[in-house]
Amino acid sequence: MTVVAPRKSRRPRRPQSTRGYRVFQSVNTIVLIGVVVLTVFPLVNIVARSFSGEIFIRSGQVNLIPKGFNLTTYHRVMSDSMFWTNYRNTVIYTLVATAISMVLTTCYAYVLSKRHLRGRTALAGIALFTLFFNGGLIPNYVLVSGLGLRNSIWAIVLPNAINVFNLLVMKSFFESLPEELEEAAAVDGLNTYQILLRIVLPLSKAVIATMLLFYAVSFWNSWFSAFLYLDRSELFPVTVYLRNLIAGATGGSDVTTASETALQIAANIQAVTIVLTVLPIMLVYPFIQRYFVSGVMLGAVKG
Amino acid sequence: MTTVKESVPASRKALSDSVEPPSRRGRRRSWRMSLRRDWQLYSLAILPLLFFAIFRYLPMLGNVIAFRRYQPGGDIFGETWVGLRYFRLFWADSTFWHVFTNTLILGTLTLLFLFPMPIVLALLLNEVRNRLFKRFVQTVSYLPHFLSIVVVVGIIVQTVSMDGVVNQALKAIGQDPIPFIQQPGWFRTLYISSEMWQTVGWGTILYLAALTTIDDDLYEAARIDGASRWRQTWHVTLPGIRPTMMTLLILNIGTFLAVGFEKILLLYNPLTYPTADVISTYLYRVGVVSGSFSYAAAIGLFESVIGLILVLSANAISRRTVGAGLW
Repeated sequence: MTVVAPRKSRRPRRPQSTRGYRVFQSVNTIVLIGVVVLTVFPLVNIVARSFSGEIFIRSGQVNLIPKGFNLTTYHRVMSDSMFWTNYRNTVIYTLVATAISMVLTTCYAYVLSKRHLRGRTALAGIALFTLFFNGGLIPNYVLVSGLGLRNSIWAIVLPNAINVFNLLVMKSFFESLPEELEEAAAVDGLNTYQILLRIVLPLSKAVIATMLLFYAVSFWNSWFSAFLYLDRSELFPVTVYLRNLIAGATGGSDVTTASETALQIAANIQAVTIVLTVLPIMLVYPFIQRYFVSGVMLGAVKG
Repeated sequence: MTTVKESVPASRKALSDSVEPPSRRGRRRSWRMSLRRDWQLYSLAILPLLFFAIFRYLPMLGNVIAFRRYQPGGDIFGETWVGLRYFRLFWADSTFWHVFTNTLILGTLTLLFLFPMPIVLALLLNEVRNRLFKRFVQTVSYLPHFLSIVVVVGIIVQTVSMDGVVNQALKAIGQDPIPFIQQPGWFRTLYISSEMWQTVGWGTILYLAALTTIDDDLYEAARIDGASRWRQTWHVTLPGIRPTMMTLLILNIGTFLAVGFEKILLLYNPLTYPTADVISTYLYRVGVVSGSFSYAAAIGLFESVIGLILVLSANAISRRTVGAGLW
């Protein structure tokens, strides 16, 4: 297992300035700008729609700039108490699930990082095997229902508590810490728990931050467990709230003109709900993005 | 970090069942010694192992209901043994073969279109001289990765709706608008292109990391040998990222049959079932919605086993041909 450790990119490589190369550079820049535009366009479009008037959306006039600017739909969505209940649920589920996941992942990753530990290979194998073979939807559903976890937060939190990819990221990080530090601490009479809490974790702030973000974003975004195991709408997270709005629009077995209108009205509310759902992530994204990237690099295990 | 404190299990007994029992008698003594020395470490593994046992391995055993009659609310391992009855049932089920074909088609398209794209984008990004521009393109293209699948489907629905931007463009060039969401013929295009939108940027990260590890001396040597940039890319860059490519290819092949279940579930509707319905969505409807748990479990087990065979053989082939595998 070797970690792909990227060198700080050395720029002046292959300095060559033939005509063909300059043409390539220009084409490349245009292609990449195209990628950026294509990526951003749908997002800007949704924001524009969320601020637009119903008539302008329905007549297909809204693309990048809001037409008939108004906040009516925002008021309407935000005055729906169910929306706020579900939004609060998302926050609670994310906090609880992230905390539990962090504890379990950190403990196991720390154990797996100890090279001298007997049975380490087997312990790692137990985790790795689940990447390639899993019980499948139905046995999981039967199990969670059988354990009586339905309609509780635990149905969302427990079945997804450890993400094996995150586990491997943390394990590689712990392995990269100098062993001497922990040995010295052990000589000073600290036991394993104390070493983990007082020596290892303070040195691992970077990876802990990354893992917190990975878990928090994935729980914030998750919807399927909630959709599967929660029956009462006051328990839903906001993703399921949004899902039900969209399902009302895509479940188009009846494509009559009447439902077409309903679909259009729903469109505006959908846009607003989408914007409000992704808002927290979009707000922090520019600041946390590099943590994610470093996390993925850390976890890039090969061989 | 206060959360970590509560995790330290108080249980003092060394878990002999948490680790593989010694296979030979001679080893037993050293096992006891390492348990005595490292029991605190082993104790940290108790809760995670409980998690894996209950929520990962128990469901694997739970697949036994594929061979047994299961009653909702009853024993999670089923009531009476029925052998291969459910396997024979789905083998004779024409809908199953229909969704199986759909799965193969979508899986193949995913592999064909979504596997190479990050490599291409990473190579293009790698040629960018202006660091600020490179950083900007990366930041923007990673962004869709962080959106919930529900949000992504919401965006798709809005973008291709009758009043959405795609149909606006069609109208602008004098075409009739198309109800994309309701047409089976458009489902695969929608699925693949939106998947591309969401995953390609993020997929470049590992390749970009691998690209920075290629030794500059190799390029130097190639240049002295008179290799054009094109040949340098072909003979130095691509071999340099081959291990990463193989790893990701094997992982992709392993999830071949599990094509975007959540996304399809959100995006499809009865009108688009002819092309959109895949094994996982079918077994969801049969099992969870209609309550034929054993029948659905049989289909799911079939799917999992094929997935496992696929990943094992991909790994074996990769080891034999390029000498690099996952393990």
